[in-house]
Amino acid sequence: MTELTRKDFVSDQIVRWCPGCGDYAILAQVQKLLPELGIPREKIVFVSGIGCSSRFPYYMNNYGVHSIHGRAVPIATGLKMAHPDLNVWVITGDGDGLSIGGNHFIHLMRRNVDLNIILFNNRIYGLTKGQYSPTSPQGLKTKSSPMGSLEQPLNPIAIAIGAEATFVARTIDGHLKHMAQVLERAAKHKGTSFVEIYQNCVIFNDGAFKYAADAATRPDNVVELEHGKPLIFGKKRDKGVRLNGLEPEIVSLATVSEKEILVHNETAPPSLAYLFSQMHHPHLPEPIGVFRSLERPTYDAQVQAQVDTAIQLKGQGDLHKLFYDADTWQVPQV
Amino acid sequence: MTEPKFLTYQDVSSVIIRFVGDSGDGMQLTGTQFTDTSAVYGNDISTLPDYPSEIRAPSGTLAGVSGFQVNFSSEDILTPGDAPQVLVAMNPAALKTNLGDLELGGTLIVNTDAFTEGNLKKAGYPHNPLEDGSLAGYQIHLVPLTSLNRTALHQIEGLANKDIDRCQNFFALGITFWLFDRPLTTSLKWIQDKFGKQPKIAQANKLALQAGYDYAENASLFQTRYQIKPAHLPAGTYRKITGNEALAYGLVTVASKGNKPILYCSYPITPATDILHTLAALKHFNVRTFQAEDEIAAIGAAIGAAFGGAFAVSGTSGPGIALKSEGINLAVALELPLVVVDVQRGGPSTGLPTKPEQADLLQVMFGRHGESPVPVIAPATPSDCFNVAIEAFRLAVRAMTPVFILSDGYLANSAEPWLIPNPDDIAPIVVEHATAPNSETGFLPYLRDPETLSRPWAIPGTPGLEHRIGGLAKQPMTGNVSYHPTENEQMNHERAAKIAKLADFIPEQTLIGPPSGDVLVVSWGSTFGAVHSAITQLHATGRAISHAHLRYLNPFPRNLGAMMSGFERIIVPEMNLGQMLFILRSHCTSHRNFIPISKIQGRPFTIRELVEKLTAILEERP
Ligand code: SF4
Repeated sequence: MTELTRKDFVSDQIVRWCPGCGDYAILAQVQKLLPELGIPREKIVFVSGIGCSSRFPYYMNNYGVHSIHGRAVPIATGLKMAHPDLNVWVITGDGDGLSIGGNHFIHLMRRNVDLNIILFNNRIYGLTKGQYSPTSPQGLKTKSSPMGSLEQPLNPIAIAIGAEATFVARTIDGHLKHMAQVLERAAKHKGTSFVEIYQNCVIFNDGAFKYAADAATRPDNVVELEHGKPLIFGKKRDKGVRLNGLEPEIVSLATVSEKEILVHNETAPPSLAYLFSQMHHPHLPEPIGVFRSLERPTYDAQVQAQVDTAIQLKGQGDLHKLFYDADTWQVPQV
Repeated sequence: MTEPKFLTYQDVSSVIIRFVGDSGDGMQLTGTQFTDTSAVYGNDISTLPDYPSEIRAPSGTLAGVSGFQVNFSSEDILTPGDAPQVLVAMNPAALKTNLGDLELGGTLIVNTDAFTEGNLKKAGYPHNPLEDGSLAGYQIHLVPLTSLNRTALHQIEGLANKDIDRCQNFFALGITFWLFDRPLTTSLKWIQDKFGKQPKIAQANKLALQAGYDYAENASLFQTRYQIKPAHLPAGTYRKITGNEALAYGLVTVASKGNKPILYCSYPITPATDILHTLAALKHFNVRTFQAEDEIAAIGAAIGAAFGGAFAVSGTSGPGIALKSEGINLAVALELPLVVVDVQRGGPSTGLPTKPEQADLLQVMFGRHGESPVPVIAPATPSDCFNVAIEAFRLAVRAMTPVFILSDGYLANSAEPWLIPNPDDIAPIVVEHATAPNSETGFLPYLRDPETLSRPWAIPGTPGLEHRIGGLAKQPMTGNVSYHPTENEQMNHERAAKIAKLADFIPEQTLIGPPSGDVLVVSWGSTFGAVHSAITQLHATGRAISHAHLRYLNPFPRNLGAMMSGFERIIVPEMNLGQMLFILRSHCTSHRNFIPISKIQGRPFTIRELVEKLTAILEERP
């Protein structure tokens, strides 16, 4: 097999996102990552729903389905059940994945189907031209909320943790190096890998993540989670996050010993990851990186295992036996 | 044993018996046991379970009554029968709700112990009907069933009264076995298989069955004992099967004959759920079942599985179809083969969850946005569900399309003898997946086969055929997104033509009776048994009337229009308010004289009501 390159994953379709949209960076990063995974191109499938991000599969040169609003997850689940050896990716957005497809989202997490789901979170409806989304901050003024959105935003990371996801991560479209690392880890994780990407919509919600995406302000507004390492951040890496009772707080390393700083553990019980998920700008640095990563049997492998076990116990199904497995009676020839 | 004084034996060709009681009384089991014994004895059988949608309504109430009707016969029968001739009523509520159906002069067996003041009140009886003479028109047999059963089972040590009373349905069954001269062996064996691990319970049930039988023999309960000889069905080996079982077995056969895994995706819904249960236990046939989080996820998973090259099915009832519509339309646009099973129930909304109706026809035909042609086929009898499941996949794979199966709650739960087919005689389901590019410019996912007009089925994992498909409008051949006006129009025409072309593939419509004349009755789906029996009766009285029963509802058989043109009047009996009639009218626009026979009571047609209505229509024009 000849080595695959980035170009092998670029389709002949013209990319139609708005110039400057954060989606471009994610597409480029995924196209760069795939050849490195050593998976044959024909085994890779991208499934999406509806929304700006969901055009993604058309721009990839492998198998793909651009489906209907909110339903990429069940389609990918069925595909994986039928064909467990495929490498399946779901591309979704905050509206597609958390609003209309919210139910499927949680059930995917708890089932732990072996696929990767990337949620482009731009906190707005782009394709329908700028209504507030389930992740929009309260008070956001949009065409459908001229006096400000009334709704408490959904926290996708917290939901994923609550639904017992085995891999939960967050990254930022403008932070290429970090995105590459997170996506690679997601791709290599066995089970459902959930990655939220802060994605800038230049048209309807420009700058929503400026605090985190901007290289100049990022070190002070974001803390990169690393397994086994303390939560230290700041341009000069002089600040840390300490637990005060059940509340995380920012402390200066000038006055507080590093030993008191919270240490990340990806395999800890979910309460730790949940606590991180509740850290929001501007009160606390917003965590990016892998919140949780643990091993649990995957749904598709267990589905296959049940089929194998059934065959082992009962032998390969025999129609004749099945049909006759009841009280039968003969009607003689007359 | 004392021989009753005037015991006579009488041969009868068929009997309809109905067991009714509280939902906790085990009437479904009793009916099933009676059916199994009669089937194994060689009678033709047809059953109609009738149970409340509540799992356990308060005991003794009218809402909690559960019933099971069996028609068993020495002749070929096609329906569970119109009115029962024998009614076994375990309590006042059961008597009250079912007495109206019992034939005048029919046999009534009543558990008098259950006619307490409390139960009478719950059933709304101001006086005890057993004492006020209101049952004078029936042959009534008063049996203190609970106490007789307790006395009989008294000898088994360590059994609580509660456990003893649970066996009283077998006591009642024993009485009916004696009355109709049935052997006890089939039920005794069943009890042993079922309760083998609980020897006391097994012993109790066996004893109750025997005690009921002996009681009927010794107590001179009946003056006549009936004999129903085995039926002369076509030679072969038979078993009993319900529509849902037959459908599940058909799907398993599809997996085996097509050499592919089958993925059944479903959200539990009455009356379709038994298909999920049956298939979940058959994983060794390479069956996978997916109990989805909702109806929408179920169709989604089926679409994903079809894209992945599996045989995908999503089974549900009418409310589920409504939720799946958008997903089905995606399958229409993607042009992927899959089967959607609609086990119809009474609607609209939650409607009558446990009762049958045929009112989803227009929904499956037209209930999606855009131009969305989908083939529809309907089984005629419970065992026909087996054939229809296989046929649905043949159509789906041939035309690369979702296909609807329209079953209903009656077919689903009703049982009949099934002449067990030889699996080797069933033709394989041939699937040819694309393996190589189909044009000089590479793989074109929507390049159509000139004969079937369908697109190739290329599945992920096939090198060189990587392609993207989606729900947006497409360019012909490439499938690339295109909003071009004429390209969109062309794709709509192509999809319609592809489905219409199935008419060349399916068999021509047949009829019984004269090929032309005054009246043609056109029926479809589960009404077959009642309509066919009614027509047979009318023929026996010399009436000229023809009958065509449709299996293929979309597209129609190619000769149907011409066939209908040969008749002056078309009568369409259906369990809705005229949906098939509506479609036939637009199919045969030259025809003006359509007459509906509608029934929408959550109950199948009876033969008698059809005979009466058809006779009246025939007599309008002597
Ligand atoms: S509307 Fe926003 S999210 Fe959509 S393509 Fe344009 S910039 Fe990107």
